[in-house]
Amino acid sequence: MATKTEFKNPVVRWVDDRLPVFTYLDHEYNQFPMPRNLNYWWNFGALASVVLILMILTGIMLAMQYTPHVDYAFESVERIMRDVNYGWLLRYLHMNGASMFFIVVYIHMFRGLYYGSYHAPRELLWMLGVVIVLLMMATAFMGYVLPWGQMSFWGATVITNLFSAIPWVGDVIVTWLWGGFSVDNPTLNRFYALHYLLPFVIFAVVALHVIAVHITGSNNPKGIDVQVPRDTVTFHPYFTAKDSVGLVAFLLFFSAVVFFAPNVFGEPDNYIKANPLQTPPHIVPEWYFLPFYAILRAVPDNFIGGWVTGWMGVTFVSAKLAGVIAMFGSIAVLFLLPWLDRSKVRSARYRPVHNAFFWVFLVDCFVLGWVGANPAEGMFIWIGRVATAWYFVHFLIIIPLVSMIETPRPVPASISEPVLKEKA
Amino acid sequence: MRRLRSIAVVLAMFAAGATGVWAAGEKIEIPDRDWSWNGPLGSFDRAELQRGLQVYTEVCASCHSLRLLAYRNLAALGYGEEEIKAYAANYEVEDGPNDQGEMFLRAAIPSDRFVPPFANEQAARAANNGAYPPDLSLMTKARKNGANYVFALLTGYQDEPPEGFQLMDGMYYNKVFPGHQIAMAPPLFEDGVEYADGTEATVERMAADTTAFLAWAAEPELEDRKSMGIWVLSVLAILFVMTVAVKRQVWSDVH
Repeated sequence: MATKTEFKNPVVRWVDDRLPVFTYLDHEYNQFPMPRNLNYWWNFGALASVVLILMILTGIMLAMQYTPHVDYAFESVERIMRDVNYGWLLRYLHMNGASMFFIVVYIHMFRGLYYGSYHAPRELLWMLGVVIVLLMMATAFMGYVLPWGQMSFWGATVITNLFSAIPWVGDVIVTWLWGGFSVDNPTLNRFYALHYLLPFVIFAVVALHVIAVHITGSNNPKGIDVQVPRDTVTFHPYFTAKDSVGLVAFLLFFSAVVFFAPNVFGEPDNYIKANPLQTPPHIVPEWYFLPFYAILRAVPDNFIGGWVTGWMGVTFVSAKLAGVIAMFGSIAVLFLLPWLDRSKVRSARYRPVHNAFFWVFLVDCFVLGWVGANPAEGMFIWIGRVATAWYFVHFLIIIPLVSMIETPRPVPASISEPVLKEKA
Repeated sequence: MRRLRSIAVVLAMFAAGATGVWAAGEKIEIPDRDWSWNGPLGSFDRAELQRGLQVYTEVCASCHSLRLLAYRNLAALGYGEEEIKAYAANYEVEDGPNDQGEMFLRAAIPSDRFVPPFANEQAARAANNGAYPPDLSLMTKARKNGANYVFALLTGYQDEPPEGFQLMDGMYYNKVFPGHQIAMAPPLFEDGVEYADGTEATVERMAADTTAFLAWAAEPELEDRKSMGIWVLSVLAILFVMTVAVKRQVWSDVH
């Protein structure tokens, strides 16, 4: 950091002497040392930033054509689809971009979980990441309301109603959120304003996230620290080249969806204009919320605090409040993860027990998603409860316990050496 | 082998659950049809769309609006400017106010949206025994398995409901409609329209033509989208090979 780069171009040098942006870029992206053993799972951070920028650009262009009013929102979206030049492309990119963003970020998170990227000294980096996911969820939810279809309206109604579970002040808060006594024009207007604002907040937190990773350096599949220069290669051209491969592969997948199955992630009901008098038969959120939706619906009445108050025959913590607590808890627990996992070894490669539980947890998340897509009846109630319980057991019991009692396999001495040693 | 089979069974259960087959309680069979616009290279059949427009105009339009379409959009079906003008002129729209401050009726022009059959929802309900015929502009996108569902619905009427089925007054039995009671009377009959191109107007033909027309109405961008998609994927595929080559070259001194 300390050394300044010397540039040949006089204009560049003139600017750099006064504001060292070129030195900064040279240090952070040209010469920046990266562990040489990063695999393709490390592409997803860069992919997420590409998707964020794409979302902001397509979003700004859509905003130029969209009308945030309950009487015109649905029609203005259809006008974009039909009459605006390449409007269908912009909208399908934006709409599927949200799904892509979550696919990429979820993979990025599971990569972090697997290789222990949340361990010291990357705790803040991890926590900033969790903040980004929370902001993404809020942004995606409000964006989904904007086309003012049936699922937009009823999804907004269900989710905002969650806040009514807060004791005493719940109803007041919900009225305040709505700007009225139901989801209506004021709600749509403020969601639009916030949906435009939050991506820039995300952008700022992403900047902090990136700064943080440039302080600690990237973790790597072996989960050990960089020790000698031989352990690293420069960001450019090595990782610009490797990220390009991942980016084009990702764009192939994204384009296949946008051009050939643009509504594959969507609900048909959202092509029906919102009707406050007619509830759709199944209200389901977008796929990326399904696991959380399953957790929300899993907790029975009096479960939390039930053993204290149940005998009084009074419901102190209703199923709704408990569900809301569990749903937010499922994210909150991620903030604690760096301290729940006490292992000295980061990568699951050298932690056989932790590794096995990682895969169980991954399956658990898919099961939660599957339960979330189905109505809460019959066997789904019980599968949902078991899967929800396992989600928390994994973080609060399995991870701390395993990290304390597991004996990890020997970790290689350095990133560049172990190839020979591992075989011996 | 047994393990493979049990895995397959579990996967099938997941698939069944995910599509909500269990949730529905009753499984309604909606057969897949081989539509001309299916698949990455699919496109609409102009003759089919034109016949579909004819069925819509002569049958559906007496109850169902198509409010997101403008008459000018019919150019995509292969009609010329004069034909579209003539088609639009069959309808009247309220315009104004004129310089006397009065609203007046005039013949529709190509830039007008399709004129709805009823002035508002109340009028539609009053004329239809309390039922509200939905707008058809997005029908094939607004239902699961859109085009197949629309076709199955149009051909799914049964004169006599199954034994023991309580059909309410003024309702009709339909095999695929949720709950099987539908307020729409069977709309299609043999030779119900006389096709301008001489095609024999069987119920199945008319249902398929109408579905094709509605699929186009819901996704008028479909052909542009697919042909652009082929182009984009081809460019990306070439780019992918190039980036892989560059990556290998760059990393050759590291491995």
